[in-house]
Amino acid sequence: MSDIPLERGAIGVSTRRVGTRLPARVIVALICWLVIAIMAWPLVMSFLASFKPEAEVAAVPPDYLPHSFSLQSYLKVYGYQAGLPTYLFNSFMVAFLTIVFCLVLAVPAGYGLARFHVPFKEVLFLVLLASMMIPYQALLTPLFLMFTKLGLTNNHVGLAIIHTILQLPFSVYVMRNAFEGIPRELEEAAIVDGCSPLQILGRIFMPLAMPGMVTVSLFAFIMSWNEFLAALIFMSKETAFTLPVLLTGVIDSFYGSVSWGPLQAGVVVSVIPCIAIYFLLQRYYVSGFLSGAVK
Amino acid sequence: MYANSSRYVGLLFMTPALLFVAVFVLYPLGQLVYTSTTDASLLGGGEFVGLENYAKAFSDKGFWRSLWFTVSYTLYITPVLMGLGFLAALLTTENTRLKQFTRGAIFLPVVIGLATSSFIWLWLFDQQVGLFNRLLVDIGILDKPLVWFRKAELGQLAVIISVTWKIVGFGMILMVAGIQSIGDDLIEAAMIDGASYWQRVRRIILPLAARSILLATLISAIGSMLAFDQFYIMTGGAPRGQTFTSVYWIYQNSFVYFKLGYGSALSLILMVIIMAGAAVQIALTSRKGSS
Repeated sequence: MSDIPLERGAIGVSTRRVGTRLPARVIVALICWLVIAIMAWPLVMSFLASFKPEAEVAAVPPDYLPHSFSLQSYLKVYGYQAGLPTYLFNSFMVAFLTIVFCLVLAVPAGYGLARFHVPFKEVLFLVLLASMMIPYQALLTPLFLMFTKLGLTNNHVGLAIIHTILQLPFSVYVMRNAFEGIPRELEEAAIVDGCSPLQILGRIFMPLAMPGMVTVSLFAFIMSWNEFLAALIFMSKETAFTLPVLLTGVIDSFYGSVSWGPLQAGVVVSVIPCIAIYFLLQRYYVSGFLSGAVK
Repeated sequence: MYANSSRYVGLLFMTPALLFVAVFVLYPLGQLVYTSTTDASLLGGGEFVGLENYAKAFSDKGFWRSLWFTVSYTLYITPVLMGLGFLAALLTTENTRLKQFTRGAIFLPVVIGLATSSFIWLWLFDQQVGLFNRLLVDIGILDKPLVWFRKAELGQLAVIISVTWKIVGFGMILMVAGIQSIGDDLIEAAMIDGASYWQRVRRIILPLAARSILLATLISAIGSMLAFDQFYIMTGGAPRGQTFTSVYWIYQNSFVYFKLGYGSALSLILMVIIMAGAAVQIALTSRKGSS
């Protein structure tokens, strides 16, 4: 019963016990499907509820499936306060700037770390990883004072800087590894041909370090898109909200009662880019995730 | 010749990132230490008060309650996440199509936002329109829909359920990597010796994946100690501030009551606690790098 075949070798060992092996396999498959159902259920329910007409979303007790199709909830979110396009723009803009900042800082830093003898290199590397040890949650108070003076609150650049603080250690780590993985012979050949370090970086390393840059961008996007606490503090004006902050407003804003339908519509809108990117770039995501967690 | 001149070239490439960290991490850190010794508020002030804020934290019931609540949350959720994560890893380590699909499904919620998932679950847990409540009644676990967020313990349980759904794939994926790095030959040898599946898990997989489990545990525990989104959205600190976490309490003091000096002192205390954990994490990972 408990014999679950592990790898190729399992087949040879266990064919003599076909009778006990087959049910175990079926049970494992059933468990897999049950787990898939459990993991998908909340997202599927939220997705379906976002298309329910108002009366159905508010029904007590609720029904699992919608009885009719309606875009009411989406229209309500669309017209909420400054309008969904503004909030989508805010979220995309902050995420885009975060990606740019992370790449501009981490690509050269990773290159320098991977390819040059730098005095006190490992100490400097640790300095770059500092914000991994210092939780950004603790830095928000002084950063808020600083950004208020600089006029960087309710500002895309301001929030993107905070998100870069969060994402920089991972980005530097990934880029350092990416550059270290490129064979030295290529670099030496380029030096012989008379390339400057900057040319080597641009012509040889950047194309080869592309997967690393994709990983950096991918994680910067997902983190920035989803980050909540800093966005809540720094984007307090209703035209500056990012999507997660918008949802806190949506939840109890329509006539003072909880509006679950528009909330689920907002959830669907904020989840779609994450899931789309996850499916498109799964390979980068999982490998980046592993190297990042082990950073 | 090239190596000599490039000492400073390398440093030059690192300069933008180093400057960024200096301006946006190290300088604010200094400010944090300084502000924590003043009575600064968003409305002004800023007189030097020495260690008064720290003394105040020490006698502040809200601070201790939030710290204890955060620790208890961490102590409850970490074993759940790691235990389920390990089981999920065992279930899906093998690279068959169904198992890879299962792994993908478990990992899927990791990519959506914690805030977003908290909004989904806030709705699912609602006493009137919540489908999770309905499901629990339908399968006979509950007699009637529960009010989840009126009692601190139930609110905490609801958050634990939702966060487990959201993040269990994180531990799983680290442990899958740990298990997959164990050589097939070792496991095959044990099978030929007649070791049952669970014997192999206990004697081979568990000890050899111990490092990745420990690492996942640390990262996860640090994350839980910094919990904010899930409580802000799902419990709002209710009832009567009993579900404030440490970060939430800092947020309240700094950005709701505008007591920046006091909030800074609280931040520093939390930071020291977290840094101890992070230091262990780095020590663990750098050891791997050298081996």
